[in-house]
Amino acid sequence: MRFRRYAPIAGLVLFVIALQLALSAAGAAYYFTQITMSVYYSLVALGLCLLMGYAGQISLGHAGFFAIGGYTSAFLTTYNIAAGGGAARLLQPLGLLVDQQDLYGNAVLHLSPWLALAVAMAITTAVALLVGLPVIRLRGHYLAMATLGFGIIIYRVVLGTAGLGEADGFSDVPPFRLFGWLEVNGRKPFAVQNYYIAWTLVAVVMLLGANLVRSRVGRALRSIRENEEAADALGVNVARYKLTVFVLSAWLAALAGAFATHYRGGIGPSEATTFKSIRYVAIVAAGGMTNLWGALVMGVLLNFLSLRGVFGSYDDAVFGAILIGIMLLAPDGLVRVPRIFRRIRKRFDGSLAA
Amino acid sequence: MPTDQIVQYCLSGITVGSIYAIVAIGFNIIYNTTGVINFAQGEFVVLGAMTAISLAARMPLAIAIGLAVLITALIGGLVELLFIRPVKQPTVLRLIIITIGVSILLRETALHVWDEKVRALPFFTGTEVSSVTLLGAHVSPQVLWVLGACALIVAGLSLFFRFTLSGRAMRACAANRTAARLCGIKVRWMVTASFMLSAGVGALAGCVISPVTQTQYDMGAPLAIKGFTVAILGGLGNSAAAVAAGLLLGLLESFSVSLFPLAYQDVVAILVLLAVLCFKPSGLFGRRGTHAPGEF
Repeated sequence: MRFRRYAPIAGLVLFVIALQLALSAAGAAYYFTQITMSVYYSLVALGLCLLMGYAGQISLGHAGFFAIGGYTSAFLTTYNIAAGGGAARLLQPLGLLVDQQDLYGNAVLHLSPWLALAVAMAITTAVALLVGLPVIRLRGHYLAMATLGFGIIIYRVVLGTAGLGEADGFSDVPPFRLFGWLEVNGRKPFAVQNYYIAWTLVAVVMLLGANLVRSRVGRALRSIRENEEAADALGVNVARYKLTVFVLSAWLAALAGAFATHYRGGIGPSEATTFKSIRYVAIVAAGGMTNLWGALVMGVLLNFLSLRGVFGSYDDAVFGAILIGIMLLAPDGLVRVPRIFRRIRKRFDGSLAA
Repeated sequence: MPTDQIVQYCLSGITVGSIYAIVAIGFNIIYNTTGVINFAQGEFVVLGAMTAISLAARMPLAIAIGLAVLITALIGGLVELLFIRPVKQPTVLRLIIITIGVSILLRETALHVWDEKVRALPFFTGTEVSSVTLLGAHVSPQVLWVLGACALIVAGLSLFFRFTLSGRAMRACAANRTAARLCGIKVRWMVTASFMLSAGVGALAGCVISPVTQTQYDMGAPLAIKGFTVAILGGLGNSAAAVAAGLLLGLLESFSVSLFPLAYQDVVAILVLLAVLCFKPSGLFGRRGTHAPGEF
């Protein structure tokens, strides 16, 4: 059991290292930026996969949570507290503020990215609970439309609020120093370490996710997906589990949003569009719905191709076609990673026995 | 607020409200025969208007609109044949995802065929500056066309569903699929027909509102979510109630402009949707716990 659970993750780690070495050796370091962004986007897909695949709840508003994470971080780390003065300065001795100088040499005081991240996660939790509480009572079309509506509200708010940069969004978000020399920074010397930061986040989530879906919680979620009434009758607290997984997936989206925003140095309203949300759904569908590995592979692959501009002006259309094509032709998705590993394991076990 | 201003807000609310009602009726037609919400409903509105705009350059307006409705209806039927019918295990989640995919494909097709420009049909009567005075408020004559079209669609559909054989067959499918099939009704073709009808109604709506609201390739989704709000508000499947709910939402929206910034106008409508879903998912006029498709 242990082997089966952790072998794919070890495989992922090896693959990530091999890919980095290969790209660096080939002098193709410019791929790192796009891969890193794709990895952040696929973090959202992983959360959505837990929600859609394992709990059977659709969300057409996950770009909204990505935007909440990104915009909160961006706002708090670019807002100059020195101008406001007063109570905010009390945070300074606690090491929660960052001193900087702007272009003209004036002293500028920002909130530390760690604190901003904490606030972003708190806001995400509050919003997810607020949206989730009524939403978990809903199913099918109602749930789809409610989450779609939530996504549009977030989009309208970031687009229409002057303090959030309206159509321009934020453009000079500072890097996020995690500790020591390790920082989320989009500049070139940081490319390799950011590649690893993003993958580390994903690997940790995969590890937790692989354990989660095999745990009591995972079984409860699957029972809800198969038959809500039956699960309820068996004593599964349907509402609580649904809400938990909804909040969990919102966290992942917001976390991805915050990191991606620091990495890219900005965020705009285009991150919050309905289409972005639908794109995540398409990725999860292409990965096979109940398949975290599928969501990861498809998330990285499709986002990478899209960021490379392979689809040209047909970018949106490609994702629409994927949705339809997968549902019509291959409802179980395109990726069957666990099956491949099962085969390898069989061979491995066989050679041990011999 | 002075009286004539209130009348003005009311009229504009009624206009947008009846637009939403027509979109909601499109949702209801398909929901009643299939139990599916067609997320591409807003795209039919755009396609209808865009086709009519292209055709109107070459022929009289009335013929152009008639042709546009016909073409969009055919596209609607084609969508059903190509994408909905072949689904092997049609669960709600799968069908939702497919209609979302269809809406993206239709929108992107519209983008590549007609580019990003905002277009509009000419006003049916008069020009953009002509106005009719109603109870002290000034409205464009096109508003009367919108209201007229809405009334015509509602009346026409209720006659169709009550007195024609195909209409009754569609209602039979809604009430009980198996029983309908046993009576010799070709249920599958009724589903195709409902997609055609719904697309046609959407296209007509698109043509009538185009001179007032103008048409752009990406206006389908916002229209669809408002239409859905109205359909839910009235209770899914109940089209007479959809008209009442449409007017209610339209009025709410137009008065909200005097309270909130214009940028947040959509937010108001969606908050209404979330509130209704939260407290009374069967709709304002629906009975508790029944999502069963009602009579038209």
